[in-house]
Amino acid sequence: MATVERGRAPIYFGSRIPQPVPTILKTDPALDDVLTVNFGPNHPSTHGVLRLIVDLHGEHVVGIAAVIGYLHTGFEKTMEQKTWWKGVTYPARVDYVSFQYNELVYVLAVEKLLQLQVPRKATWMRMALGELTRIHSHLVYLGTAALEIGAISMFWYCFRERELILDLFEMVTGVRMHTRYFQVGGLAEDIPRGFYDQARAFCERMPKAVDEYEAILNSNRIWLERTRGVGLLSADDAIALGQTGPNLRASGVDWDLRKREPYLAYDQVDFEVPVYSGGDVYDRYKVRVDEMRESTRIIAQSVERLEEMQGEPWIADDRKVVLPPREELHTSMESLIHHFKIVTEGYRVPEGEVYVGIESPRGESGCYLVSDGGPKPWRVKFRAPSFAALHATAACMTDAAVADLIAIVGSLDAVMGDVDR
Amino acid sequence: MSYEGVPGLVETKEALGETTLVVDPARLVEACAHLRDEEGFNLLLDITATDYLGWGDVPVSGYIATPQGRDLNYPAAQGYPRTPEPKPKRFTLSYHLLRVADDSARVRVQVWLDDAETVETVIPVWPTADWHEREAWDMMGIAFDGHPNPVRILMDDDWEGHPLRKDYPIGGEPVRFSEEE
Repeated sequence: MATVERGRAPIYFGSRIPQPVPTILKTDPALDDVLTVNFGPNHPSTHGVLRLIVDLHGEHVVGIAAVIGYLHTGFEKTMEQKTWWKGVTYPARVDYVSFQYNELVYVLAVEKLLQLQVPRKATWMRMALGELTRIHSHLVYLGTAALEIGAISMFWYCFRERELILDLFEMVTGVRMHTRYFQVGGLAEDIPRGFYDQARAFCERMPKAVDEYEAILNSNRIWLERTRGVGLLSADDAIALGQTGPNLRASGVDWDLRKREPYLAYDQVDFEVPVYSGGDVYDRYKVRVDEMRESTRIIAQSVERLEEMQGEPWIADDRKVVLPPREELHTSMESLIHHFKIVTEGYRVPEGEVYVGIESPRGESGCYLVSDGGPKPWRVKFRAPSFAALHATAACMTDAAVADLIAIVGSLDAVMGDVDR
Repeated sequence: MSYEGVPGLVETKEALGETTLVVDPARLVEACAHLRDEEGFNLLLDITATDYLGWGDVPVSGYIATPQGRDLNYPAAQGYPRTPEPKPKRFTLSYHLLRVADDSARVRVQVWLDDAETVETVIPVWPTADWHEREAWDMMGIAFDGHPNPVRILMDDDWEGHPLRKDYPIGGEPVRFSEEE
């Protein structure tokens, strides 16, 4: 048996994380007066159905264990029974707050297996809708995280802008969430004409709205006291615990897949990656707020480019994978056959295994697919960033008080649908 | 990029721009420590268990939508049944690694296991493996030696069977409070 020692120094002064990193906080047996409290699974501030078993010594959390799985719905098993084509519906329901991203990562993985070229209009639209989803996800985070520690009005302000995003989704896709708008090969429908103006109006409004959020919170003493220096996670510990996305960037690691491994058209847009080095709840909040501004910039640039692409195809012209245009079914026998084959049997994806990772609002959202060459996936696995984020709770909870627990769990931004799948 | 020095390396596969290192299960921890310390793969993204029971039992026939498949001389394009490449053992564990550094890179470490075969835990290398390994146990029934807390994570503690196995019945879970009990 090989043993491996991890010797690491904390990257910033004042790190309180013990070495090695705890993944389950264990109660010191020498302590007496320990009270075990069951937290959840149906407490509103647990973001879904998370159960925490917390050992308290006075106000201090001395032991914590997370119990998950209450929202396990077996998406991966279900998708093995469905054709590749039908499987697109499921990923959006996995992480129901950043629904477009899971859909995107599945579609990108299937396209990678198929080696399918996607028209540029679809690429840019995916990016625009993806960034809208990122803002949506961060708004839900901000609203609920602030609500839980007392800033109730934040919730209404955030949901006011969230409504605008959902209106945009409704306009483009016909539904407000879980859109199934991304198809293997491109988009399900062309972009409606009114989208550009409404998206541009949103891009003008959003930076002002973010200013408002910051005006409410940045000088709010209660918010600052309850978030600064709370839930510390050093850069090394964040990496050791598999953190990605805002949680990692708040710990001082400049890591964003949109910059590091540009997918879609992220290498053609201008944006910054906000990085903060405090590693506390406050910095996780700052990263997400700044990301909302940057996402707005990306949306504005994408809309600009999309308008130039009017009349271009929005889905690849590969009749073995993509449904033929509806009007052709009345005149073309070939199209009818293709339509029938894709709908009944599904298209076949060549044998192989593939992993695609993208930068979702919660970090690296990944999709691992195995195909045996048949019309159904052999194995689908989602790399859930929330799963890793929730796992870091114990490390963040070191020396925390019970009231900090709410702030910390909220700041890691785990969505239980993503955790349990 | 060459991974010649990885301990226990059995095979290196390159496909679709991804590198897969097949490693001897007995030397997995050594290989992982080498990849972390020498190659700089400091972040473990995911551990995926895959069950290949019944792989290739149903030959794949008909058109396969690939650039190669569009070639009419390619057998699968003509509707002839074709069997996928056989697999050496029933299960794989795929460890997806990421190098968080200026020269970012990804690699997949894979081990092949039979039913009831165990593998050493990699928690000492990457603490994040804890929950991923519990998930692999829960969903696929792959046991990890040396895991500090080897219990189910997503299913109930008293659940029978491992749902993501290919021989696990679909829709066959016991119905509680039914009259036939």
